[in-house]
Amino acid sequence: MNMQLLIQLLINGLIVGALYGVVAMSFVLIYKATQVVNFAQGEFLLIGAWVCWGLLTKYQLPFWIGMPVTLVFMLAFGVALQVLVLRPMIGEPIIAVIMVTIGLSTVFQAALKWIFGTNLQPFPPVFATQTVSLLGLQIQTVYLMSLAVSLAMMGAMAWFFHSSKYGLAMRATAFDQQVAQSLGISVKSVFAMAWAISALVSAVAGVVVAVVNGVSSGLSVYGIKVFPAVILGGLDSIAGAVLGGIIVGLLENTAHFVDSQYLHWGNLYEIAPFYVLIIILMIKPYGLFGTKDIERI
Amino acid sequence: MAMQSLLPAGDFRTTYADDTVVFPTTTGRTAALAAVALLCCAPLVLSQYALSILIQIGYLSIAALGLNILVGFTGQISIGHAAFFGLGAFTSAYLSAKLSVPVFFAIPLAAVVTALAGLVFGLPAARLKGLYLAIATLAAQYILLDFFSRAEWFTGGVVPATAGPFGIFGITLQGDRQYFYVVLAYLVLSFVLVTNLMRTRDGRALVAVRDHYLSAEIMGINLAKYRTLSFGLAAFFAGIGGALYAHYQGVVSSEGFTIDRSILFLAIVIIGGLGSVMGTLMGAVFMVLLPEAMEAISALLRGGAIDQALALRNNIAFLREIAIGLVIVLFLIFEPDGLAHRWARIKAYWKLYPFSN
Repeated sequence: MNMQLLIQLLINGLIVGALYGVVAMSFVLIYKATQVVNFAQGEFLLIGAWVCWGLLTKYQLPFWIGMPVTLVFMLAFGVALQVLVLRPMIGEPIIAVIMVTIGLSTVFQAALKWIFGTNLQPFPPVFATQTVSLLGLQIQTVYLMSLAVSLAMMGAMAWFFHSSKYGLAMRATAFDQQVAQSLGISVKSVFAMAWAISALVSAVAGVVVAVVNGVSSGLSVYGIKVFPAVILGGLDSIAGAVLGGIIVGLLENTAHFVDSQYLHWGNLYEIAPFYVLIIILMIKPYGLFGTKDIERI
Repeated sequence: MAMQSLLPAGDFRTTYADDTVVFPTTTGRTAALAAVALLCCAPLVLSQYALSILIQIGYLSIAALGLNILVGFTGQISIGHAAFFGLGAFTSAYLSAKLSVPVFFAIPLAAVVTALAGLVFGLPAARLKGLYLAIATLAAQYILLDFFSRAEWFTGGVVPATAGPFGIFGITLQGDRQYFYVVLAYLVLSFVLVTNLMRTRDGRALVAVRDHYLSAEIMGINLAKYRTLSFGLAAFFAGIGGALYAHYQGVVSSEGFTIDRSILFLAIVIIGGLGSVMGTLMGAVFMVLLPEAMEAISALLRGGAIDQALALRNNIAFLREIAIGLVIVLFLIFEPDGLAHRWARIKAYWKLYPFSN
């Protein structure tokens, strides 16, 4: 048994899993606040990454200007999307809402390929040093950055929901829209805010992945990987989403290890989370931390 | 009530038999028969290209009809329909090429095999609903696609599987012109079958499950049974569509059954009209003609300033994808009941003319 490879893969899994966790968190944010399952979450990452890439390479902006501009753009984009497309869908059946986000993801996917091309584009280097030495191990700076950013995003989200006025308003809206409205919370602006924050957080994750791996349309696969993560954690639990993301990241890499060392099936890495998803749905349909929906006749 | 050529103003349905009648007027029945007769003549006059579009509409609308039973009539969401379409295609190719079953029998056999697979994947549907089901079918899509690329004995793996031309007992059909009649026969058969299914007790049970599943259960409808059954039915028609596709193309590769095609099926069903049999056909016609229209528009603009600025010719594939996505979004916002509803509105307008608004 190849211990070194296993440890390497587990660290990989943790780093990728933390990113899955961040994306899953922003997915759950939208679901919790507005009851919309966003199939275009992966495209949020892609848009953020491409916009930042465009600002940095086409307009030659430094990273510390390009990144805030990207974030402001994503905020505006999230609000615009909610107001123009999702607001008319309030009260429509679930299939219609799902299909709208699927349609949006198709549009974004194709439009981005049109504008930026289909090739993988390397991201301009953000850090001066490539590797740092930590506890005797050589670790790439970007991986450390990735993990640090993920943890920071999670921390910021936790603070937002527990201590800020808007976070509390959002939680109140998620709990009961009518009661929230009668307490003077503007449900409309909470909905818009949820989409804006979700787009912003996803864009940060997108830029992080882009810095590590470069930008290409394959990035939107994160939007699909989110599903096993959120089902594992429970669709309406933010902590569950983070945990689910990390578990899926670790699981993928463990599957990769088992596959490369013993089974030699190939491609198990990509498909394993979906088998786990089906199994979870059969045993525990509401995930680890999700709210159980009890029905009696 | 005797059959009339035109419906009188007002609704005169007084019995259940009236309510479930397929053609309320003789005009409607004549029009349907005339349309089929007209299509029978199509191969004699139409070009090869127009014929290929009609065949495409044929197999896509059969598969989409299955999805409409599931999504439109039973209210279950499936994002994995293309995988079942693919399973039908591969099974028919496998049966005809490897086991040398005549294609005439291979197509229905493939449909039965696909229906069984649909029942298996439908089992979780007995417990899940809404979102969770949508995500489960998404997983089914990826798992089946992975199976296609893995099972070389079945699908040929990287090398596309070959599917022989349609034939039985030594008689082999040659070319699109003859194959068109096979697709047409299956199309008419499927639509008659589903229209009649919806008039039976089982069909009404499916609709009851969609409208209010708790009330349906109270009325004695076995939810688990009908949810699973609708998955089986959906897969059955997907299997027929897929098998027809396989023998039309001649080769089958798993690249044709990605999630994009699942989205296409959903788009057909939504644009045509959820829970409308004829709407499915309208939706299929719309979605097949949409790329052609995009092509025509870009050909029209060729060489102009817009073409220069956007490089339309190189990006026609993206333009097509954008059009599909945009059409889905716009239909859901502005015409959520689809083309079938619009058609009904147009009919109602002329029925009440000049007092309609």
